[in-house]
Amino acid sequence: MSEAGIAERASANGHAREESKRPGFAGRVLGGLAKQLQTRIPVADLDERDPDYIRDTLPRLWLLSSLYFRGEVRGLGNIPEDGGVLLVGNHSGGNLTPDTTVFTLAFGAYFGVERAFYQLAHNLVLSMPGLGMLRRHGTVAASPDNARKALESGAALLVYPGGDHEVHRPTWQGNRVDFDGRKGFIRLALEHDVPIVPVVSIGGQETALFLSQGKGLARALGLDRALRLKVLPISIALPWGLNVGDFLGHIPLPAKITVEALPPIHLHDEFGDDPDLDEIYDHVMRLMQETLDGLASERRFPVIG
Amino acid sequence: MRIAAPIEIAAPPEAVWGWISDPAKALHFFSGVTRWEVVSDDPIGLGARYRMLLRVGSAEVGGLIEVIEFNANRDMAWTSVTGLDQRGRWRLRPRPGGRTRVELRLSYGVAGAGIFGWISERVGAPTVRGHLQRTVRQLKRQVEQEETRRRAAERRRARASA
Repeated sequence: MSEAGIAERASANGHAREESKRPGFAGRVLGGLAKQLQTRIPVADLDERDPDYIRDTLPRLWLLSSLYFRGEVRGLGNIPEDGGVLLVGNHSGGNLTPDTTVFTLAFGAYFGVERAFYQLAHNLVLSMPGLGMLRRHGTVAASPDNARKALESGAALLVYPGGDHEVHRPTWQGNRVDFDGRKGFIRLALEHDVPIVPVVSIGGQETALFLSQGKGLARALGLDRALRLKVLPISIALPWGLNVGDFLGHIPLPAKITVEALPPIHLHDEFGDDPDLDEIYDHVMRLMQETLDGLASERRFPVIG
Repeated sequence: MRIAAPIEIAAPPEAVWGWISDPAKALHFFSGVTRWEVVSDDPIGLGARYRMLLRVGSAEVGGLIEVIEFNANRDMAWTSVTGLDQRGRWRLRPRPGGRTRVELRLSYGVAGAGIFGWISERVGAPTVRGHLQRTVRQLKRQVEQEETRRRAAERRRARASA
């Protein structure tokens, strides 16, 4: 694919690359890798979500969720029955996130596969081998454009503001909600006047021993510029042992996953006509952290739950 | 996968029917059911539609169902419109002494889910069977208690008029 084609495709995904300084050797190598990855990412299209396919896969997700992760999802009744809604979750478990699996199954079973439900994911996840089926599940590249399209269509949209920063946090910080100060989700909800439903999960960070986000390493290698990766996580995970990057995923330990959806927050109703982003951010973080603390207090043992 | 749960209740079919045909009472005896909402204009009868959910494992499964057979005091059957494929039936048959044999049947599955569908149906069967058996036991307790109260009220009235 030509440079122009790659740029056009990246732009369509909402991920036009930022101008950067002239890279060194490592940067050029990674830049080449980035171009290859960009070609692997089809243009995100909400129409790729396939309810029949989702329905066919619900039994295998149910087996995985019920038997392996002993998933428990509470508060789905808090999610508005119809219309656009922004589901805001804390994210755990590395590149293969069991909390998303458990919640996606529960949402599809509860509301039916007919209800449009999209999830925003990092480009890298969508380009990983064998994960093409995520697109049929409604996973699209995380970009403002895709988020706008999803909410304008009246769909439920699941976002993880903490993204790669939060999902690779050390295991001993597993009971901490950490969005890294990212407030884009609030602007999104305000812009489209949709309620925010916080979705709090626990257990994902026990599916491996996450040691470090590796932010310094990612910067040193220029991954932040080349691949939009601000982290290069280091963990001990099956089957690799020491796992740097988690690019090929890992076999998660069968940690019990518990997810709780909280009552919707109608921003204009609760924060007035001129809402303050910092105030809303603190409110959402407090609610989610309190819920996570409650879920953590229920757990007796790591992994077992 | 088809599962049935039979039981005999010490009450006439009319008393049992009053419970199973009333959607407002479903949550009082239906084990594992987290939702049984009327979504049609007519809450009871042929063509009535409900949104029902049953907790099995990590998910609440079910969907929109429609009543396709409604023979008062004998049979009520439903089938799924959306969600999990399912057919359910309440079958009431009178027994001597004012008793009723009640059977709750449920067949379920996901067409097109292949081997994982087959496995999940069987893995989920003990949970579903447990829900159905608890449901008929809870129905029996509710109906028989109501019958006891009704007879006690009749005796009180008889004593008062004597």
